[in-house]
Parts: sequence; C-alpha cells; structure tokens
Amino acid sequence: MWMSFYILIQITDWYPMAKITLKDLSHSYLSKQSSDADWALRGVDIDWKDGGAYALLGPSGCGKTTLLNIISGLLKPTKGEILFDDKNVTALNPVERDIAQIFQFPVIYDTMTVYDNLAFPLKNRGLSKTEIDSKVKEIGEMLELTSTLNNKAAGLTADGKQKISLGRGLVRSDVNVIMFDEPLTVIDPHLKWVLRSKLKELHQKINRTMIYVTHDQIEALTFADEVVVMHEGQIVQTGTPVELFEKPKHTFVGHFIGSPGMNILPCEIENGQINFEGKIIPNNNSIKKINYNKTQLGIRPEFIKFSNDGIKVKIKRVSDTGRHKVIDTECSSGSIKILANSSTEIPSDSAHITFEQKYTYVYGDDWIIE
Amino acid sequence: MSLELKNVEKKVGIETHIYSTNLKLEKNTINVLLGSTLAGKTTLMQIMAGLDKPTSGEIWFNDENVTGKEVQKRNCSMVYQQFINYPNFTVFENIASPLKITGVKPDEIKERVGKVAELLKLSAMLNKKPDELSGGQQQRTALARALVKDSDLILLDEPLANLDFKLREELREELPKLFEDRDCIVVYATTEPLDALMIGGNTATLLEGNVIQYGKTLNVYKKPENLTSAKVFSDPPMNIAEISKSGEIFKLKDNSVQWKSNVQIKDGNYKIGIRPHNITTYKEGDNSVEINGKVLISELSGSESLIHFTNGKLNWVSLSNGIQQKNIGENTKLFMNVDEFLYFDTNNRLVSNG
Repeated sequence: MWMSFYILIQITDWYPMAKITLKDLSHSYLSKQSSDADWALRGVDIDWKDGGAYALLGPSGCGKTTLLNIISGLLKPTKGEILFDDKNVTALNPVERDIAQIFQFPVIYDTMTVYDNLAFPLKNRGLSKTEIDSKVKEIGEMLELTSTLNNKAAGLTADGKQKISLGRGLVRSDVNVIMFDEPLTVIDPHLKWVLRSKLKELHQKINRTMIYVTHDQIEALTFADEVVVMHEGQIVQTGTPVELFEKPKHTFVGHFIGSPGMNILPCEIENGQINFEGKIIPNNNSIKKINYNKTQLGIRPEFIKFSNDGIKVKIKRVSDTGRHKVIDTECSSGSIKILANSSTEIPSDSAHITFEQKYTYVYGDDWIIE
Repeated sequence: MSLELKNVEKKVGIETHIYSTNLKLEKNTINVLLGSTLAGKTTLMQIMAGLDKPTSGEIWFNDENVTGKEVQKRNCSMVYQQFINYPNFTVFENIASPLKITGVKPDEIKERVGKVAELLKLSAMLNKKPDELSGGQQQRTALARALVKDSDLILLDEPLANLDFKLREELREELPKLFEDRDCIVVYATTEPLDALMIGGNTATLLEGNVIQYGKTLNVYKKPENLTSAKVFSDPPMNIAEISKSGEIFKLKDNSVQWKSNVQIKDGNYKIGIRPHNITTYKEGDNSVEINGKVLISELSGSESLIHFTNGKLNWVSLSNGIQQKNIGENTKLFMNVDEFLYFDTNNRLVSNG
C-alpha cells in the first residue's frame, strides 16, 4: 500500500522557487489578426506567488495549452512578457527556464529501473552519487515507491508509471516551477483521489510553485489554492474554489463550475433593479445602467426555492438522483433548473419560485455587474 | 413489444462472459445496464442486437424466437462510445444514410432528418462534415442516425463516455426526453451510477457476467437486494462496515460509533452500507450520529465536496453540499444519517433499508 499518509520527511535543501508574472500576454497562430477570434490568447495578466498551488481550468480550445507552452518556453508569445522573479525570461528557451513538466502520459524509460528513472534528471546535471542517492530515496519514499526502486519500470501499471513521471518532475530542487498537464488522465478513476491527495500533500511538503492544467473542475479545485478559469483565450475569473462557486464573475464560470451549472436568464434593468418575468427581483446592490447588448440574471439551481408567490414556472421533468432532485422548469424567459433535497415534495404541474437574494447576480454582456 | 432473454449464456473458450441470464424488457422503456468494464454490458447488447450469438439460451422478440437471426434482418440501431460517422458525408447525409438504404423517398428523408436534427440541435450543422464538429456534435450526429429510423430496439453503448464533463451532463439530461414518445425499447450501457439515476427507467446491475438485480431504477438504488448490487450502484464507492446489534443499540465492530435505531432485525452481526452523501459535515435528517475522523483529502467538485477521512482502521468517503475545504491531516467531525443506512446480513443480503 502506498497510501500511508503521515510519514514526516525531513527536507533540507529545497531551493526557494520563483514567483511568476505574466504581463499582457497575447498569442495568435495567424500572421494577421482582424478580430478577437483570431487570438488564441488575449490580454493575460497573472501574478503567481512563489510556492503557490495554481490551476488553469477550461474546456478544450480555451487557450490553456497555449498559455502553458508560453510559460515553458516552447512558444514565443505574439505580445507581452513572462517574468520569473522579476527577471524577463520571454526570450529564453525551455532549458534555460529550468522548469519541470509532467505530461498526460507517463514519460519514462521502460528498460531502466525505477531508481535509475528517478536518478536520470540528476545525473544529467552532474550531481554526486551520494547526493543523487539521498534525493532518489527521499522522493521514492514520498511517492511510496521504495519497495519497487530496483524493479524495471516496464512491469508497472499505468498509475505506477505516472508516479515515476511525477517523481522525475519533483526530484530536481533547482527548478523555477513544476507544471502538470492533465497528469491524471491515465489513472483509474477509483485511484484518482489517492493521487490527488498525494499531489496536494507533496505541495504542502515541498512548497514549490506548481501549475496544474486541466479541463476537469474536480482536479483544479481540489489541487489549487487559486484557480484561473479560461474561456475563449481570456481569463474570465481568478479565485478560490469558494469564490468561483458563490460569486461567478462571468456567465461562463457560472455555467462551467458546479453541476448542474448556473441558470443564466435574460432580464431587464430598470431603475437600478432587476426586472425578470415582469417582477422586481431583489438584488444585492443598485445596478448602474450602462448600454449593454444583453443583460442576464444568474442564479444557481441550489439557491432557488419553491414558494407561495414569486416567478411562476411549469414543471417539465423531475430526476431523482437518490441524493437530490433535479427539477426542470420552464417560464416564458426560458428553462430554469432547480436542485432540491430528495425529500422535497415537488408540485406536479406548476409552481412559484423565489431566488435567494445573496446569490442572485446580474451580468452585462456576460460580465458581472457590481 | 418486448425483448426477452431466456437462459442466455455466453462462453468464449473456457471463459464464461455471460452467466445464465433471464431478462425481459418491455415496450416503451429505457433500460440501463450498469456495471464496470468487463461486467458483460457490451456482450449482452451484441447478443440483443444479433451481432453475437449466445452459446446457449434464446432471445425472443415479441412472440418470435430471433436467436440466430442476423442483425440486418432485425430492426435495431446501435450507438457506440466512439463517435462513428462517415467522414466524407455531411451531417445530413450521415443522418439520412439508414433511410437511403431502406429506400425511403427523398422528400420523406428530408423531413425526417430535419425533425431529428432539430431535436438534437444539429439543424445549423447539416451541411458540415463530421471533422468540423465538436465531439459532442459528432456524437449527436451518431445519435440522430440511430433515431431517424423507427427501430424497435435502440442500443446505446456508453454513448457519453468520450465526451467531456459538461457535454456529458447536458446530453445525459436530453437523452430520456428523446425517447419519451417513441415506440421502442432502449438499452443504455454505462459505468456511471449517476447516468442511470438521471435517465430513470429500469436498471440492471451487472458484475462479472452476472445480472445482479433488475427493476425500476430508483428502487434498485434504494433497495439493493444485496451488497454486490449496492456496490455496483454507488459512486463514490459505498462505505461498508461490520456492526453488531443488541436491542436497539447498534455499533461499529471497533466500537468507534454507536447509534440507536428501531430497525426490526434480530440481534447479531451485520454489515452496514452508507452512501457517501449520507455522511455530511452538517446534520441531515432527524436521526444522525457523529463520527470523528482525520481528513485524508477534501476533493471539491464545484458545488459539492468529497471528504475522504479515516477513523482508525477504516477509510470513509463523505459527500457534502457546497465547498467544504479541509486540510490534509485535520481532525474533523461528521454526521451520519442513520435513517438511510442499509443493513446486510452475513450472507450480504439486504435485511433493512433504514
């Protein structure tokens, strides 16, 4: 079992890592750009503190891989700068940037032993035999590979191999940042939580800047202290898991985070108030009327209640997941999803609903109005 | 209309892939085959479709024995996990292909393709080629092709497995609606309990070539006949612990947790099954008992939190609403909803569901 948790390991010589600053980064794969859609990445500004755990989250095509490749130096951005500890590294190649990267699929030498696989990056950097030995053993113990150190890597399971890849990324103490690119893709679903906890534990122990790229909300929110959500080449919100759930700054975050996602419904703004379905909806602050192309109300299914008055809806379908009921309703502005406790009695035909004021937001052209 | 498997068995060499199975699927029903990989879902579907023959046993469709009748002569459609479309056909031609083969007139083809495309939100894409579509749209096209002809039997083999999370969520909700007004039998194979619950209908739990239980989906979920069926139908995995009962006092084997219940079973040793959502960071239900644990990790999904913890020898999984961040190694108190416990006897048969 490699799941015994509370082994304390003395870590003596981890170097301080770098803080990372991205300044107004934009990238296009085209030679000429005429519209926003021609940019794979637009105006990205990020400040990542030394030693933090961060995630880049978004669906395929959102620009997260482009951003990852720019940070690692595989791609030169069309515009903007990358700084490691305030030093401009935009022109440096990947090797000069000293980055450890862990990919989707295990990258290891099958014919070597587990020990030699872990030792390889250190040998390349000319460390002494004793230094290598102590590092390999240390990382081997952290990943609970000690008993297999002398085995050939070829015989290991997919998750065993991926653990070696992780080990190879973590064994060097001279890197500026460790980047993970969907590292748990090949892991059996039932084992994922074990590796997730291992990664989180490792971050807490070695305190190095780590960037985790994924399309999976569980991976991102579980690993990172701060999550960067990307959509169509832009950062739409940077925040803690609680912030992303409780106060999405962009309709995409509301939709993407949470299951089912936020209800986004067309509404009008009149005298600083929300008018939805002919009713004034209580909201947290007075809304400034600016000329938006569209204004929308956002409310998560968790924060809608059945009531005696309020918005009138038709009940379309109720799915009982055993844990809660997902209720599909419809009003003239569109469909609204409600999440209710499994024991809740659901009216059979039509009902009235109200929105919890604290979690009711208004969006102007998809961005939150505050 | 009904599809019936009578003592169907499938052997390959000395290995048994399907043990003797009896299953009767009725007209206008959606039937979920739920089980992990290698449970026998695909083999069963191929036997139902006529793509594969059982080693012994019979398949009856309505009142006809169709065992050995080729797939071409049966009126059935199948959708696979991989998006299978003709790459050089447009979306329209892809959807129309089964109708063309059977000689339906062009006007009717146009009408039927248009209708099903609208249902699956493909109307704007009819002139595109599959490689111009997203994964979700490609799978919708494959679904549309299965729906466009009036099949008696529609088989869906993990159709959402290759889609990313959000698309899966969306299509999972739409699927049952697609079949609401159709005169056919739908069979849907999946490894995910939540798929079965969202789809509703009937569910058969499968393990290693055996159908463990078949019935109304929610009933199989709430009253699993035995521990195996309960485990197959639980994700995250069900928490299972050995307990003893004496009078109205129940306790875990290691004495760490004790509770009262008026569940009517004899004194003695049992196992309890507790679904993760019945262990929460807050009290739920009228009758709850505390459990203390050390956090292994708190996994956050966006709107809920899975906290893995240990209370000595046993590892537990809990599922709470909202974002509940806990540090690894932190001591924490959780609440178990006693009214939702499942009790199994020493032979793993359900004796009470709370």
